[in-house]
Amino acid sequence: MEALGLLLHGFAVLLTWKTLVLMMVGLVLGIFVGVLPGLGGPNGVAILLPLTFTMDPTSAIVMLSCIYWGALFGGAITSILFNIPGEAWSVATTFDGYPMAQQGRAAEALTAAFTSSFVGSLVAVLLITFLAPMISSFALKFGPPEFFAVYLLTFCSFVGLGREAKHKTVISMSLGLLLAGIGMDTVSGNLRMTFGSPELLRGINFLVAVIGLFGISEILLTMEERLALRGHAAGISLRVVLGVWKDLPKYWVTLLRSSFIGCWLGITPGGAIAASFMGYNLAKRFAKESESFGKGRIEGVFAPETAAHASGTSALLPMLALGIPGSGTAAILLGGLMVWGLNPGPLLFVEHKDFVWGLIASMYLGNVVGLVLVLTTVPIFASILRVPFAAVAPMIVVSCAIGAYAIQNAMFDIWLMLGFGVVGYVFKKIGIPLAPFTLALVLGNRAEDAFRLSMIGSGGTLKVFWSNGLVGSITTLAILLLFWPVIDNLLGRVGLTHGTRATSP
Amino acid sequence: MKLVRIPVKAVGAATALLLSTPAFAGWEPTKPVEIVVAAGAGGASDQMARMMQAAIQKNNLMKQPMVVSLKGGASGAEALMYMKSSEGDPNKVLIAYSLIYMLPLSAKIPFNWRELTPVSVVALDQFVLWDNSAGPKTVKEFVAAAKAASAPFKMGGTGSKREDHVLTVFLEQKTGAKFSYLPYKSGGEAATQLVGNHTEANVNNPSENLEVWRAGQVRPLCVFDRERISYTTKVTDTQSWADIPTCKEEGVDVQYLMLRAMFLPGKVTPEQQAFYVDLFHKVTQTAEYKDYMEKQALKPIFLTGKDMVQFLEEDDALNKSLMTEAGFVAK
Repeated sequence: MEALGLLLHGFAVLLTWKTLVLMMVGLVLGIFVGVLPGLGGPNGVAILLPLTFTMDPTSAIVMLSCIYWGALFGGAITSILFNIPGEAWSVATTFDGYPMAQQGRAAEALTAAFTSSFVGSLVAVLLITFLAPMISSFALKFGPPEFFAVYLLTFCSFVGLGREAKHKTVISMSLGLLLAGIGMDTVSGNLRMTFGSPELLRGINFLVAVIGLFGISEILLTMEERLALRGHAAGISLRVVLGVWKDLPKYWVTLLRSSFIGCWLGITPGGAIAASFMGYNLAKRFAKESESFGKGRIEGVFAPETAAHASGTSALLPMLALGIPGSGTAAILLGGLMVWGLNPGPLLFVEHKDFVWGLIASMYLGNVVGLVLVLTTVPIFASILRVPFAAVAPMIVVSCAIGAYAIQNAMFDIWLMLGFGVVGYVFKKIGIPLAPFTLALVLGNRAEDAFRLSMIGSGGTLKVFWSNGLVGSITTLAILLLFWPVIDNLLGRVGLTHGTRATSP
Repeated sequence: MKLVRIPVKAVGAATALLLSTPAFAGWEPTKPVEIVVAAGAGGASDQMARMMQAAIQKNNLMKQPMVVSLKGGASGAEALMYMKSSEGDPNKVLIAYSLIYMLPLSAKIPFNWRELTPVSVVALDQFVLWDNSAGPKTVKEFVAAAKAASAPFKMGGTGSKREDHVLTVFLEQKTGAKFSYLPYKSGGEAATQLVGNHTEANVNNPSENLEVWRAGQVRPLCVFDRERISYTTKVTDTQSWADIPTCKEEGVDVQYLMLRAMFLPGKVTPEQQAFYVDLFHKVTQTAEYKDYMEKQALKPIFLTGKDMVQFLEEDDALNKSLMTEAGFVAK
């Protein structure tokens, strides 16, 4: 119960008019940077970081973390309205969120996204509050084999649980893995596939690819099909919000499952993106009529958003306790902490109690205030869809281009984005799923490094992936998921299929 | 529109006038200055850049703001190519370390530090041999344990064919022990992997292992320098940086110091160069800098002009011979 006392103390530190105003300012700024694709959380926090140098540490960090929460909320908006993920972990939100918006249910989808974000972060914050010390020691258990097992699990769940034809998923994933190999190879220290071009040294940035694959290709498709945004007749009122909330208890299994996955992957450094995909895939697997996923099902928004925010929030824990940022935005936040002489590490929780508990208290407050704030903006954002396509499309393209450029200040990235736009268009035409491609692009490098480090460490034997309970169970689960369709089929013959499905209400 | 335009022009003219009147110093930046970091977030370079950003802003050393821009792609090669292509742009400063010598050799990056404009060397960074606090207590025991190990004895580090890797190779040559070198993406990762017992040791900079040392999770075995670190303030309950023996004292004669230096892109004017020499000289006088040097156990140094170039040439030759001997130079 020591935690509770400290938390109350944290609230006491925060509840001044000044901090509350800073909190609001931070949230609003965060939502705006979250809405611009590519500009996103990391850049937004980086731009605003120097603003806080003149404040006292607690106010500064409260404002910065509120920008972070704001960006987390904001990322969902463009995913749902325009099929353009603002942050890497919003990709899975587009799968059902965008179809919902097209059916005129934009407000419903946005409400669902914001509410589940709130639920996800709340669960994660509760976890941080009471289990912080335990969790950081769990994160220390992750060496190269464990990391590889987690990435393997993500890849396998995609192949095994995906709705699309397996060979198309594998093709898409392989192409992503291939492109992920471009640039410097950390393990050998050599350059790969750069063909002497300095532009390719950096490798292919994941967000540039995503903006092109999802955003630009969608514009191309819309231009071909109808020259209008669908879903402009969106009903917008408090009733929509209440309606979604009334249905919320029905989805408690999905929410709980996604929160769990999110927290688990969030404290595994670098797992935040994998979380949203896995949350989505598992929700699809365990739902009745899983065919309707991808066609505008509300659970398809709940699942990835809850997981993404649970992981986005719990990612702050390895950052504070171990100094390893779980996401790009967390990395910039880390830089901000250091300016204040708050060096992340095991002693931060002991030596800077005021700060740590102030931050944790700001997670609670920031999320509540943030939810209210974003819900009030739903009508504004949803009404964007009423603007004629001819006026919105150029604005989307320009903001995509700015986003792609801003990530690394490189003109080359804008061409790359346009190139990926065409690739995305072709993929959609021939029915190759985009998600496995983006997943492989973002996790490919890490998976490869983790695999090769495991091999160096073990002297080249694959047994290392079953060398202890943790890594062994993850690897086994991964392989089970990979062959899930076969296993499901076999179980079906024995008449057990309904047993697995009964776990969802 | 016209009404709006006139005042804008007037302001423009006024600024131009202000700029053309020579103030006490010659040139001054007119745009925000970008401090380019050739490493990822949270690493030693990033921390140093943030310290400088804060020191400059808090002490009003420059009218324009300074922004940190992380260009750690391709193990830092991204930053080097970025500086190379920014010829003549006086609003970008690179915070460099030994990668300026090593990357062109190991990965054949078309880069030569002589194409940039040297500003000043601001610090020298140490390397320390660390092991898990549950591991061997002295260098002797450590070497014996490495020799006796049946499975690969794992040494963590940052990047491949770089300073950490070179040190590992020389440690092998001097002790006769065999290590499996695991290249991680950052010093922070190498530190946590050591704490989690996934590696046996690492050769991190003091700053990268400071927090886990204070928490009693790792143990410093020796420092790779001719003399001990000078800071005698207690860092942990019982030890200060000065309490760490040199590796030579412990019978392993390996030394390596790494520069931390500032560079401008090529082809900037001498006035622009002079402004930054003066700026970073002022930075080294601030309380923030001094505090940072002690906390991170960096060796203070300030070299500029001819002295700096001479230092760089000697350092380059030394790094080249180390890289060649370790077999890390690409053919």
